[in-house]
Amino acid sequence: MHVPDGFLDVPTSVTTGVVAAAAVGVALRGARRELDDRTAPLAGLVATFVFAAQMINFPVGAGTSGHLMGGALAAVLVGPWTGILCLSVVLLVQALLFADGGITALGTNVVLIGVVGVVVATLVVRGLQAVLPKRVGLVAPLAALGALISVPVASLVFVGLYAVGGAAPVPLDDLTTAMLGWHTLIGLGEAVVTGMVVGSIVGVRPDLVHAARRVLGTRTVELRTPATEVPA
Amino acid sequence: MRGVPTRIVLVGLLLVALLLAGVVSFYASGSPDGLERVAEDHGFIDTADEHATAGSPLADYQASGIEDSRLSGGAAGVAGALVVLVLAGGLTFVLRRRKPSRG
Repeated sequence: MHVPDGFLDVPTSVTTGVVAAAAVGVALRGARRELDDRTAPLAGLVATFVFAAQMINFPVGAGTSGHLMGGALAAVLVGPWTGILCLSVVLLVQALLFADGGITALGTNVVLIGVVGVVVATLVVRGLQAVLPKRVGLVAPLAALGALISVPVASLVFVGLYAVGGAAPVPLDDLTTAMLGWHTLIGLGEAVVTGMVVGSIVGVRPDLVHAARRVLGTRTVELRTPATEVPA
Repeated sequence: MRGVPTRIVLVGLLLVALLLAGVVSFYASGSPDGLERVAEDHGFIDTADEHATAGSPLADYQASGIEDSRLSGGAAGVAGALVVLVLAGGLTFVLRRRKPSRG
């Protein structure tokens, strides 16, 4: 969903640029709490993985493709603030070196792919973790669900931006239907990839996964001592 | 820690990323993505400007100067992955909380 230059007018692009810059600024502070000697290298590799996975467009039918956005994956693996930073680095490199996503649209893309993806997935995962049993095995399915929802939500935010500052007059109901339809299909792919990657890491090292640590931390250790037999 | 050493998890993630960017990317779908498809169907794809960095040596995920498109795409992907690793890894390394130094 990388937005090129020209789709949105200048005021809208400036506005998303300001929002993106503010989000990155807050994320720079928030990420300090998420990163330590153990999680910092993982965060760098999560960004690398997201960049690589975004190169893999998968078909979603009728001459259309999609690729992982990665916001949900990064948020679950390394935390929301670090996730926003990871996605921002990926989008910056793509725009500057790979001509993928416009330069003036960089703020728009950071908002849509970085901030919206991370925030939606974080709300879904944390919201459900609060009400569901605290089980590590639920982290990957919840991450997949967050991923599934995050993609169509990001497409709706694009429609909102287009309604305000789109370059061409397009009937909004048609645009909404088309964007939601394709991005729900892409969201299914996002869910599968996110679930598989999170599941793989949770399977071997749940303590490395940000969203799993919350569950691991609350797990109580039950000490069962054999009942001493009372002499009759 | 318990289970698989952290180093193995990190190296595994790096290898998968390099494999995706360097090899699997060649087999990725070339169809327009969801947004491009919608822009085509609704007549606003032409409002996209030519990209300001279209002349970059890595533009459109092809390394300029390499004829073979498989090698060119793979080289561009690996180069991009390593740039992201250095930038994101460097940033998170600087931001991390240090272990309290002993002594």
